Amino acid sequence: MRLIKPRLVIGIIIVGIFLVMGLIMPLFAPEDPTAWNTYFRNMPPSGEHYMGTNNLGQDIFWLLTWSIRNSLWIGLSVAGLATLIGVIVGLLSGFVGGFTDRFLTLVMDTVIAVPSLPILILMSSLLGGQTSLVIIAGVLVFFNWPWPGRQARAMSLSLREREFINVAQASGEGTLKIVIVEILPFVLGWALANFINTILVAISAESGLAIIGLSSLKDATLGTMIYWAMQHQALLLEKWLWILSPIFSIMLLFIGLFLVSTGWSDYFATRRGRQ
Amino acid sequence: MQFAKFLLSRLFSYLLVVWISITIVFFVPRFIPGNPVEAMLGKLMSQGTTMDPVLVETMRKTMTQMFGLEGTLWEQYSAFLKRVFLTLDFGPSLSYYPTPVSLLIARSLPWSIGLMLTALLISWCLGNFIGLLAGYYNRKTSSKVIETTAMVIYPIPYYILALLLNILFAYVWPIFPFVFQVSGEPGSWPWMKSVAYNSFLPLMAIVTVSLGWWIISMKAMAIDTKEEDFVQYARYRGVKDNKVMFGYVARTAVLPQITVLGLSLGGVFGGSLITEILFGYPGVGTLVYKAILGTDYNLIMGTISISIVAVATATLILDIVYPFIDPRIRYK
Repeated sequence: MRLIKPRLVIGIIIVGIFLVMGLIMPLFAPEDPTAWNTYFRNMPPSGEHYMGTNNLGQDIFWLLTWSIRNSLWIGLSVAGLATLIGVIVGLLSGFVGGFTDRFLTLVMDTVIAVPSLPILILMSSLLGGQTSLVIIAGVLVFFNWPWPGRQARAMSLSLREREFINVAQASGEGTLKIVIVEILPFVLGWALANFINTILVAISAESGLAIIGLSSLKDATLGTMIYWAMQHQALLLEKWLWILSPIFSIMLLFIGLFLVSTGWSDYFATRRGRQ
Repeated sequence: MQFAKFLLSRLFSYLLVVWISITIVFFVPRFIPGNPVEAMLGKLMSQGTTMDPVLVETMRKTMTQMFGLEGTLWEQYSAFLKRVFLTLDFGPSLSYYPTPVSLLIARSLPWSIGLMLTALLISWCLGNFIGLLAGYYNRKTSSKVIETTAMVIYPIPYYILALLLNILFAYVWPIFPFVFQVSGEPGSWPWMKSVAYNSFLPLMAIVTVSLGWWIISMKAMAIDTKEEDFVQYARYRGVKDNKVMFGYVARTAVLPQITVLGLSLGGVFGGSLITEILFGYPGVGTLVYKAILGTDYNLIMGTISISIVAVATATLILDIVYPFIDPRIRYK
């Protein structure tokens, strides 16, 4: 228990708050927050509207929860898929070795080297306003799977030589089964750190696109919320809550995710004796 | 001989990456539904003038040629490759007709490079220096404070900090300009002052976030290196702390930082792109943005291709220079 550093705890608390805000609270939203003119415009924060309303007639607080939800969905799905693909490919590549390994490594290194943002910008700009979140998520998965892939491969390479693998092979286990049953548990710990990091990268990429107007603008994400706030002169009208709440949400969420990621890898490394 | 082999393999990966990226750039617009020529014609025609059908046909032909959409897919592809690698000619920009795209890029690229280079230089040197101190004296509370601050700063995306700085220091407390406006004769002293004044905020955004990373990683490296035998020996011998820190620990710890610098180039570039757009900084970022707003097909293709090649080339240069700095690699 004393191995769990405060860093990890703080991170989990922060992320936990966002999970609640993003996944549970939207279920309680009274109306669809993205619809315009649901409420009176430009009302100050009150008991009924916790953060007031903006000049489109949206309740800022509930809009924020929906934005957090959508951003979290993007992050979780991209991270989940990318880590899954990466770990499987990396493990197999490292374990099988030979030409397959060299080929897959080349593929992974090349995909990592291609800068993703220019291509995302290219794609979204050509689709006009019709870029859907699914397409963006797909491209993000394509660019992000090699990171866990490389790590899984490195682990696979070093674990391959251990005794218990040889024992399993000698008793006639098939390659795939060995990989899944014997090696996977070791890799999962590191894969978790990668998973959380990818959430961060994915949300960051989508928000970056959204701020310059290249994401799916009819969906509410943290990035598009900032975009719309800027488009509707939130600064000039001094509607601080509208534009600052998503900005601070992103900052806090990322700090929380980062703390969990490093805190977890520290904890995991210490538990496993700094392998 | 070892180095020649390394050089060759590195060049091979470079060419492979650039080729694949350019190919992706080539194919993306062709997978998107819709025809840019028809889109442009549609825009022109919707602006009220009725056009003679023969004129429309001629325009359609010229545009198809300009966009490089003539001929079969293979012909287009080889023509595109030739253009990108041999002549760097992407045709005229549509929003700044008839200025060629390459000229526009040539004008904006120095601004972007200047911003990124300055930011990287400042943050790398300062970050590594602070990290070294924090790592060497890692029992002091100030070290922990520094690390915590760095941890809080690092995860923030560049553009978020850029937005925040813009709001705080160009709007709430108008110390810096909200819109980028450089005055004076290029090259003159007032011009340089004006450039520095306008660039300060975007520079700060990139520097601050990058600082976080360099501090954290250098601190970790310094702590690890401090435990190495040769450092311990130096300390037992009585070599002064300062000398050990700078002469022994720093030199070893800094080497991986250079590799990481190479890896970070792609991320810094992406972040600075958006930062430029937010501040209206006249670099490649704003150029891309204007291209998107004006559906300037040629300009979009040109800027994206050049950006990718630039990042890949910078990484290549760094990778090649690295063995000259780290003698251990040379003799492997």
